[in-house]
Amino acid sequence: MIQIPTNVTLLRRILVSFIRNEVEKVGLERVVVGLSGGVDSSLSAMLAAEALGPSNVLGIMMPYKGSSPESLAHAELVVQKSSIQSLTVDITPQIDAYFERFPDADQRRRGNKMARERMTILYDHSARWNALVLGTSNKTELLLGYGTLYGDMASAINPLGDLYKTQVWALAEEVDVPDVIVQKKPSADLWADQTDEGELGFSYRDVDRLLYLMVDERYSCPELIAAGFAAPFVDEVTLRIMNSQFKRRLPVIAKVSERTIDRDFRYARDWGK
Amino acid sequence: MAFKVAVAQIKPKLGDLQSNLSLYEEKIGQGRKAGADLLLFPELSLTGYFLRDMVPNVALKLSSGEVKKLERLSRGAAFVAGLVEESSDYRFYNAAVYFEDGEIRHVHRKVYLPTYGMFDEQRYFARGDRIRAFDTKFGRMAMLICEDLWHPSTAYLAALDGALAILCPSTSPLRGITDGQAQDDNALYWELLNRTYAQTFGLFLIYGNRVGFEDGVGFWGGSEILDPFGQRIGKAKYYEEDFIIGEVAIDSVRRKRTMAPLLRDEDVDLTINELMRIRGRPSDLKKVQGLDGLRVKGAKKLRVKKKRR
Repeated sequence: MIQIPTNVTLLRRILVSFIRNEVEKVGLERVVVGLSGGVDSSLSAMLAAEALGPSNVLGIMMPYKGSSPESLAHAELVVQKSSIQSLTVDITPQIDAYFERFPDADQRRRGNKMARERMTILYDHSARWNALVLGTSNKTELLLGYGTLYGDMASAINPLGDLYKTQVWALAEEVDVPDVIVQKKPSADLWADQTDEGELGFSYRDVDRLLYLMVDERYSCPELIAAGFAAPFVDEVTLRIMNSQFKRRLPVIAKVSERTIDRDFRYARDWGK
Repeated sequence: MAFKVAVAQIKPKLGDLQSNLSLYEEKIGQGRKAGADLLLFPELSLTGYFLRDMVPNVALKLSSGEVKKLERLSRGAAFVAGLVEESSDYRFYNAAVYFEDGEIRHVHRKVYLPTYGMFDEQRYFARGDRIRAFDTKFGRMAMLICEDLWHPSTAYLAALDGALAILCPSTSPLRGITDGQAQDDNALYWELLNRTYAQTFGLFLIYGNRVGFEDGVGFWGGSEILDPFGQRIGKAKYYEEDFIIGEVAIDSVRRKRTMAPLLRDEDVDLTINELMRIRGRPSDLKKVQGLDGLRVKGAKKLRVKKKRR
């Protein structure tokens, strides 16, 4: 059985240090994080509380009228458990106002609009509160492109971006994210009965095993099949990764000069820090 | 002959020479107070690591004001600085500079520049072209920078060239979170390497790493001072700033090499012969080292001569 390394003690130590270090070096002390009630944002928020102190973390809950009430209840659980600051901003008015003009918009457009509305709220509060926006996207969803570009994918620093969902679950248990959150079926909660695994067509635990071998261990296609994965599954996941690469890059800039941003103009984000 | 060696396990600021120079000054002072004779700073700790296009901006000629300042700071002391050296013909080197009693005694330019995975050094830096031991007031030593030590040939050459201690300035990123370990995989691999070289070549190995994060990449610290028996006489914290000091008794080298004379028994000529054979190069051809670049002198097509009986 393929074992994804999950050294939760070491991970916790590294990620707490990462948050503290990368916030402080830009001269700030605080972060804001969107609390969806899901395991990723709960984990991110609790790691930040440990790194910076709970009073320096603001969890913002942004329900839509169609969101599951359970989501909000779970987010509140995290706030209570960790003693972080919190704020609730209902996004229904602004979303509904917009779609009144475009009533034939499908589920996907509405879901993406909500994700991006939440991003704008987080960034506004990061300016208001002199804080960084803390990311919650994990490696599985980043690789599969299962996230909204400039929506939930947007953040200043992201402690979970190199963790597979399997590892997120393990670490969440370690830092005592409420059990009901760790155990529930992951969902973007953008429409009724939406589940990640329902939408993807496979389970996180299965795809994580494949991704770990394919990406981290650089197994070739024949090696993956020899390891027991079905060829159609391997092909489907490979295609998903390839076709979502655009979500993991800056916009494509036409090169006309001798020195172009992100191509031959190369500097660290931590430039001078 | 014994002396105290210290390692300053610091967190430099990326691209901020002045700030790092102040940090150096502070640590040199700390070393003096602690009675350190020789202080090791990590690789590129005067500049930070993921410099990318900033390399030309932080590069220092050995005649620069900053380097002169370091020379002054080394009066009555000795330390190894990690910086970007600019040569007279505008090449940039990932360099370790050994300062002693107000002067530069030796410069090592990193030979093996990792340019794979997360690393991109050969894009920005010129390769060093030599591995040399050098004399210090404490004895003969060699400096090897980080990846240099991942090539067993370098420690081998340093030992053969008479080094009784290897100073390894490093800037090593943490990675690999295998279950059941207190440190990341990379840290464990380094510790294995350091111990193997110290014991195999019977010398002191002083490993100086940094801590902190640059663009999400953390550095594992864990600096250490190993004796020729592979025993730790100094060990720094993992992932946190630290300052360690240990006593180096050169007599230990004598004892170790008396017990296990591996270097004495090493057949260097055999090694040369086999390398020449594997490389397809007859013994009268050698690699030219120098500013002009890397050439093999006199290489031309060989004709097999018939032996006369």
